[in-house]
Amino acid sequence: MNKAKTFPYFFAAPAILLFLAFTVYPIIASFVLSFQERVAGEYVFAGLKNYTRLWNDDIFWTAMQNTFIIFVVQVPIMIILAMVLANVLNNQLLKLKGFFRVSFFLPAVTSLVAYSILFSIMLQEEGIINTALSYIGITAIPWLSDPFWAKASIIIAMTWRWTGYNMVIFLAALQNIPEDLYEAASLDGANKFKQFFYITVPQLKPVILFAGILSTIGTLQLFDEPFNLTGGGPADSTMTLGLYIYQSGFEYFDFGYASAIAYAVVVMVGILSIIQFKIAGDE
Amino acid sequence: MAKNLDVIEQTTNELTLAERQQKKPKRKKKKLKAVWMYTLLSIFLVVSIFPFYWMFIGATNDSSKMFTNPPTLLPGDQFMTNLTNLNESIGIFRVLFNSLFVSGLYVVIALAVCASAAYVLAKYNFKGKKFIFTAFLLSMMIPYQATLIPLFQMMSDFNLLNTYFAVIAPQLCFPFAIFLLRQNFLAFPTELMESARLDGASETRIFISIVIPSMRPALAAASIFLFMTQWNNFMWPLVVLNTNDMYTFPVALSSLMGLSYIDYGQVMMGVTLATVPIIAFFLTLQKQFISGMLGSALK
Repeated sequence: MNKAKTFPYFFAAPAILLFLAFTVYPIIASFVLSFQERVAGEYVFAGLKNYTRLWNDDIFWTAMQNTFIIFVVQVPIMIILAMVLANVLNNQLLKLKGFFRVSFFLPAVTSLVAYSILFSIMLQEEGIINTALSYIGITAIPWLSDPFWAKASIIIAMTWRWTGYNMVIFLAALQNIPEDLYEAASLDGANKFKQFFYITVPQLKPVILFAGILSTIGTLQLFDEPFNLTGGGPADSTMTLGLYIYQSGFEYFDFGYASAIAYAVVVMVGILSIIQFKIAGDE
Repeated sequence: MAKNLDVIEQTTNELTLAERQQKKPKRKKKKLKAVWMYTLLSIFLVVSIFPFYWMFIGATNDSSKMFTNPPTLLPGDQFMTNLTNLNESIGIFRVLFNSLFVSGLYVVIALAVCASAAYVLAKYNFKGKKFIFTAFLLSMMIPYQATLIPLFQMMSDFNLLNTYFAVIAPQLCFPFAIFLLRQNFLAFPTELMESARLDGASETRIFISIVIPSMRPALAAASIFLFMTQWNNFMWPLVVLNTNDMYTFPVALSSLMGLSYIDYGQVMMGVTLATVPIIAFFLTLQKQFISGMLGSALK
């Protein structure tokens, strides 16, 4: 029996030790670091200096704003598209379901760097997308050189990659909704539209919440796309918090300041997750 | 009798006729709906698939062909040229080896670490269990960028920069994988463990020869999830790796775009090579892949 008591600790030990060394320690260390600055090669306590600098840093606020805009525009578009596709694919009359599902999921298996680079080539001034648009009478769009369109490019690329992924999540959840709920509703005279809002959406709430939180954390950490697709430009119009942390830390080697930005992100993820849980109710 | 039957048959016929008449407009509506559905799906299909096709066009054509009007829509004959040029720029075989080695080794170790922790968290009662599990869960909310700088300093202090170890180590304990596996282990019948115990099997033995074999689908899904995480990992390898021969595929690809002269044929070849193996892997293991990538969302 003694053996049975020590066994769980023995088995969990590698995970716990790795967790302490590579997660817990860095989280604490970067918190400490966010209150330090480098003076003559040594890190010394600097009080709130990094945070007051952050507060007055235009690039930080631009990055916040960009992240917010990308989040507020991209996530709803993606979730709605994913929802529509999932509902269509859930239709019993549809043939080739498996084929469509796999095809829509395909973008989600591409590497983040590869698809960002692919889009950066397709979206060039004389790239395939502008060429295609010219056939329907749209003049060349400055996708990567205009602040507005650069954000749009990131949003389009992200939507391309993630819609199918979310669709499959929704599809799985749709198939778990009991059929008799809809039967009862149609007996009560509810039309398809009402059924969607009064049955489908509430039943999918936990899944939408899950997708929402994943997207929140994902957007706040956004790095691969702006780094490879737009380089954060033009004029910081696609600078994100993730990219700014990287630049501060590994281009300017200001570790204290980079840690302060990182902690601002931690706080935001926390707040946004709490808000999302509150909105979704306490299930 | 016969008359009665006739009457019944007639009435049923009448009913179906009446029904049919009612259903006719409905059927038309259904047809319309089907047309609408397939149109919508086809549009999305083209949008989803076209970039892959374009990537292939780019990989087999000369750099300049990607910016012509009318566009080049057929594969060209520059496949070998692009491949050779790409190899000269980044050393594809070395880079592919790095990525495969790092991802493969990572999956093996991380799976062992995560599965054994998930198992005891699901099937045993011990002091501190709840605390450990909550800590794992909470850490999932923390953006990894918050750990980036101390991790870098740590690797630098131990002289581990530019090593495979540095790439792999920080994410070996992957809370999301632990969470996913725990959910699956919870469903394993405890009675089976009890009876094995009565037969004198040790706890380790029970885990290795009874639990693990029956958990293959879950372990496969977790492996794919871990593999994809490492294969796609970009920011961390970018930070800790600093020579061409150690670069993983994403880092090498990205470095191509930083050159003063960008050969797009080469780049597209790189994008193709980074994408095709994963797609092939996905198409053969669709089910495990999807459940692996979605994690516990499917449960």
